[in-house]
Amino acid sequence: MSLTLEQVRRVAHLARIEVSDAEAQTTLGHLNGIFALIEEMQAVDTNGVEPMAHAQDLAQRLRADRVTEENRRLAFQAVAPETEAGLYLVPKVIE
Amino acid sequence: MKQWEVVIGIETHAQLLTQSKIFSGSSIAFGAQPNTQASAVDIALPGVLPVLNKGAVECAIRFGLAVGGQVAPKSVFARKNYFYPDLPKGYQISQYELPVVVGGKLAIQLGQGETLTEKTINLTRAHLEEDAGKSLHEDFHGKSGIDLNRAGTPLLEIVTEPDMRSSAEAVAYAKALHALARWIGICDGNMQEGSFRCDANVSVRPLGQKEFGTRREIKNLNSFRFMQQAIDYEVQWQIATIEDGGRIEQATVLFDPETGETRAMRSKEDAHDYRYFPDPDLLPLIIDRDWIERSRAAMPELPGAKRDRFVAEYALSVYDATTLTASLDVANYFEATVAAAGKASAKLCANWVSVDLAARLNKEGRETGESPVSAAQLGGLVARIADNTLSNNIAKKVFEALWNGEGQSADEIIEKQGLRQITDSGAIETLIDAVLAANAAMVAEFRAGKEKAFNALVGQAMKATKGKANPQQVNELLRRKLG
Repeated sequence: MSLTLEQVRRVAHLARIEVSDAEAQTTLGHLNGIFALIEEMQAVDTNGVEPMAHAQDLAQRLRADRVTEENRRLAFQAVAPETEAGLYLVPKVIE
Repeated sequence: MKQWEVVIGIETHAQLLTQSKIFSGSSIAFGAQPNTQASAVDIALPGVLPVLNKGAVECAIRFGLAVGGQVAPKSVFARKNYFYPDLPKGYQISQYELPVVVGGKLAIQLGQGETLTEKTINLTRAHLEEDAGKSLHEDFHGKSGIDLNRAGTPLLEIVTEPDMRSSAEAVAYAKALHALARWIGICDGNMQEGSFRCDANVSVRPLGQKEFGTRREIKNLNSFRFMQQAIDYEVQWQIATIEDGGRIEQATVLFDPETGETRAMRSKEDAHDYRYFPDPDLLPLIIDRDWIERSRAAMPELPGAKRDRFVAEYALSVYDATTLTASLDVANYFEATVAAAGKASAKLCANWVSVDLAARLNKEGRETGESPVSAAQLGGLVARIADNTLSNNIAKKVFEALWNGEGQSADEIIEKQGLRQITDSGAIETLIDAVLAANAAMVAEFRAGKEKAFNALVGQAMKATKGKANPQQVNELLRRKLG
């Protein structure tokens, strides 16, 4: 399997990464290289092997349901580009 | 005219009743000042890691048990990728391929009384996820304001199969799910505050056709009335569009309560390409048998089981039992009332709880838990009706007095206000004799064959007893005297 240039552009758009035509071309080559590697790995017989969701074979640790955080708005908003009335301000987005 | 069949599936986001967020120790209390409950994890500062809240998992287990679904021994959190300013990480942590609950069903009731029918709605799955923040589009100099207090609030998304065939069924399902979530204590069900939000997937197809039509998804229905209106409008719109030779395009639509119409959101061609993948920050969630069994042991009796028991134990109709098991508070109140009044008066208790008390509470917009008349007080009142101390009419006065705090118990009010029903037939006979003597004209009319005159005499007699006589007894005695 190999990608098309159009697919590379689409994935870049979904990830909001701006790529020039030249970069898209280079990226296509890199990604196809990775796909070739994956194809090689797919030749390995994995019958009867349960897929893992994580590289470590461990269970998720759980936290007791308690409020442990305090209000640190002042500190967090000190480094925000723009705030007002306790809100973070961002360019207008409306659907 | 072609016959059309409506097909509806529902997705519900239920906010879980935890203290803290699903992946951080921030409070989820409603109504706090903006961004005062948004920690480093919630606002996605670099380097932070999510740690799963055990309380949220417990809620999911309880739900799985309540609907008879399979609580997955292993489920996996995934990243759902999209960009929006109230989603600080650029992805929402959700579950995709391996959700925490698989399958399950919910029974819904349709119609009333004699025409009451039941239908089972199958659930596809329920999965844990985090909520996003809120965007405020009021004018901040042409910008949007972002409040991340809600970001990371634990949600259980509950998805049905496309099993519903009308807006009435959809609303019945939403109500049943709402009641169940509150019953098992996993969600407060406050729809105004957004704790329980439904999306409805609606399509139509010619009756008898096997394939589903193209569906449109109505987003964020936050009241049962809006759900009904939105689906009814959407169905009519889809049928009209197809009959006019048009085609339905898959779309996400919003309901406008002002106009009663649904309208498509600006289409985002890439919106559904979320590129899910397992979240490497979280290990698989393992739920062992022991945990499930401990949760099962802590579950309250469920609405369906309680309803069946009420029918068997108290000889109630299915309709009465269904009304009384609409919420755990009502069911508990009813049982406490019966405990005070005696089992033989269960039917009378059912009437008082689901008619008189419900109407009075409704009038003041109060919940059962806020009733000024306790179950023990109401039970005491019912006991006095059952033993003929009170007529039904006088009982209503005593109820009103209890409501207004004029006494601690029905007995106290009966004594204080002299409301005891006169059952001594000697005393009633004396009163009736006086009434007959004073109303000779009516007696003559009755003797002349005017049945109406009899009712007038009963009225006079009841008036003479200040309503404290048993009407049936007055009736019988009058007949005997006149007969």
